[in-house]
Amino acid sequence: MEAMIALAGNPNCGKTTLFNSLTGARQHVGNYPGVTVEKKEGIYRLNGHRFNIVDLPGTYSLTAYSLEEVVARDFLINEKPGVVINIVDASNLERNLYLTLQFIEMGMPVCIALNMIDMAYSRGIKIDHEALSRLLGVPVVPTMARSGQGKEDLIRAARQVLEKEGGRTELKISYGPDIDVGLDRMEAIIREADFMTDTYPSRWLALKYMESDEQIRCLGKQRDAQTAEKLEGIVQEVANHLQLTIDSFPEAIIADYRYGYIRSVLKQGVISYSGDRNRLFVSDKIDKVVVNRFAGPLIMLGVLLGLYHFTFTYSEVPVAWTEAMFGWLGGMVDTYMSDGLLKSMIISGVIDGVGGVLGFVPLIMFMFFGIAILEDSGYLARVAFMLDRVFRTFGLHGSSVMAFIVSGGIAGGCAVPGVMATRTLKSPRERLATLLTVPFMNCGAKLPVFALLVAAFFAEKEALMMFAITIVSWIGALLVAKLLRTTVIKGASTPFVMELPPYRLPTFKGLLIHTWERTWQYIKKAGTVILGISIILFALMTFPRLPTDQTAVFDAQREALRAAQPASIASEPDAAADGTDLSEAARAVHLQLLKIEAAEAEAALRHSIAGRVGTGLETLSRWAGLDWRTNIALVGGFAAKEVIVATLGTAYSLGAVDPEESRSLSETLARSPQWRPLTALSLIIFVMFYAPCFVSLVCIVREAGSWKWGLFSMVFNTILAFTLSVAVFQVGRLAGF
Amino acid sequence: MPRVNMRQMRSKQSGTIAAITAAGELGRRIRDMGLVPGTRITVQGRAPLYDPVALRLMGFTLTLRNSEADYIDVEVDD
Repeated sequence: MEAMIALAGNPNCGKTTLFNSLTGARQHVGNYPGVTVEKKEGIYRLNGHRFNIVDLPGTYSLTAYSLEEVVARDFLINEKPGVVINIVDASNLERNLYLTLQFIEMGMPVCIALNMIDMAYSRGIKIDHEALSRLLGVPVVPTMARSGQGKEDLIRAARQVLEKEGGRTELKISYGPDIDVGLDRMEAIIREADFMTDTYPSRWLALKYMESDEQIRCLGKQRDAQTAEKLEGIVQEVANHLQLTIDSFPEAIIADYRYGYIRSVLKQGVISYSGDRNRLFVSDKIDKVVVNRFAGPLIMLGVLLGLYHFTFTYSEVPVAWTEAMFGWLGGMVDTYMSDGLLKSMIISGVIDGVGGVLGFVPLIMFMFFGIAILEDSGYLARVAFMLDRVFRTFGLHGSSVMAFIVSGGIAGGCAVPGVMATRTLKSPRERLATLLTVPFMNCGAKLPVFALLVAAFFAEKEALMMFAITIVSWIGALLVAKLLRTTVIKGASTPFVMELPPYRLPTFKGLLIHTWERTWQYIKKAGTVILGISIILFALMTFPRLPTDQTAVFDAQREALRAAQPASIASEPDAAADGTDLSEAARAVHLQLLKIEAAEAEAALRHSIAGRVGTGLETLSRWAGLDWRTNIALVGGFAAKEVIVATLGTAYSLGAVDPEESRSLSETLARSPQWRPLTALSLIIFVMFYAPCFVSLVCIVREAGSWKWGLFSMVFNTILAFTLSVAVFQVGRLAGF
Repeated sequence: MPRVNMRQMRSKQSGTIAAITAAGELGRRIRDMGLVPGTRITVQGRAPLYDPVALRLMGFTLTLRNSEADYIDVEVDD
């Protein structure tokens, strides 16, 4: 037998744990068509049967308000899974059954997994699952997803539901006399007109109309405007009547009666409590300290710093390995390929570009692992709870903090995992505002630029300046978030109504699966696009090449230099390529040669498209005090911010610039006539706010679900950065700096 | 049993929900989580900046903003 099983349930009911336990590593993560909601599928085999298991997004209800709910609902209606396994948290039965009722009302073949039955028992809750099964008319199987107990019984029960085709008992809940009469009338009309009955059950349609469900009403209008109007008329009648008699509305009454129904079921011997139902459990005792007014923020600071430390310290070694591996690969190509355009494209374009992206992989894995621990243990919800008041002021959400921290909120993160960390945010508008503003944080690649400039121009106030830079980026990000939320992403804040789940020890398997699937998505998506873009950027910085008459000038200079030396000294630099063990005179020659090479590189760069763009932009950038060399560095910085310092080095004719030599670059800048502290300040501001690097951009596009937002952040951020740095430069100039 | 707005409830105070006056998405979210007339609740505490508020109901903990609690009337016990 082959069948599709959908797993559904509230968030935090142990759904993912059960899914992992059923499918193990045989899972596939994708997206539901057209939206960014994750769709997880996996295969479970039992006695030669093959079950395709789909993990639906965790929801509390099935309204049309949130994306997750619409997705879950559409999936059930369109894909018609053979059975819906509804995972229900046994220690939280009353609220969990609210969703169950909606599945049953939809006419779905349901099988209940009464999960975490052990936890309920330890909390003094006893559940008669057979009574529950009898009253609801669906099978109920006690399970413990963490240990996998009850898993096979559950699948067996699900199979029975699968085989019992058509023999479903339809549950008809009474919603009180007024609504019931309305529903009956509507159902009759729906049946008579065959109104969307091919896809939806008639009673459910009537109910959704009564609940003023936007999605269904829209569909109804398109299908059969006349019938839709009739139905809406009835709803209006009922609504008016309820308004007059009990000052309420259908939607509210339906929810009341649903909970009323659940309570009446539970009272019929299903559940019994020993001890106080709301007594404090371990979790509540932990919360007394963890969200305490004074201790809470301190602990939070410690935890966030810990995550940060964990991610960026422990990933250093594997990041170095990856870098070494790509370095080795580049070396191999360098040794075994003949010189030429193809070789330099493979080294500078492909290996450096793709290597730059894949170099992030260990970092991303560590970050996701850390976040998975915070998320699965329940701590993340507490962070959101504590910080919501602050972030809401700027149109964001308490959960936004994680993304900001990871992106470099404590200087030195990375916007790529930061953008991806916004996934823990469930409110769409707040999420979009967060992922568009996290690139303003000072990531590890911007830091060298700041360090260079601060060392050159503000050496006596280094620590203070770096701190100020962090503060300015936070203020900027929050204000831009506020701006976005009052303009392009306008809209009321999504209700915060959120559960604080009990603390749970995350399962190691769950953490690993969590970490790996997110990392793999990054590798797949960013890895493929970046290859093409790296090649394009390489081409932009290489073509058109210097005309031969110009290269001839440099060749002539080299020849002249060599010719001026005795033969033994002139050939020495070639023999010992690394520049060591040279005689005094040969070293001077070597240095001269490097200078010529750098000058040639500069000329070539200036001649390339990127260089021409940089030169062309000078008329504009002069307003911010920046010259064409800086412009080229900034254009290159779009590929990766690490490029800025390197390109500045090349453009300022300093020959090979490696991090150890950045001091000398800063000295040169400090002595250069084009540079003064104000210029440095202007550049710092520009680098802080301008377009996110390409990898971040790819992630933004992916997470926001459209190129539109990627383009927006590129253009908007650059204009913002330019405006700010012009303002800084011009005001500073007028003030006499 | 005096009837007050949820925002006015003290920490550790208990009561029974009397009415939810919110409509639309917020009303829906509130009701979906079990905040319907007749439900027993206890205020468990507030966030360090006094907002949001954490409630205990039906054996789980729920948080909502004060601006959302404004739509909830509670008959308090004392």
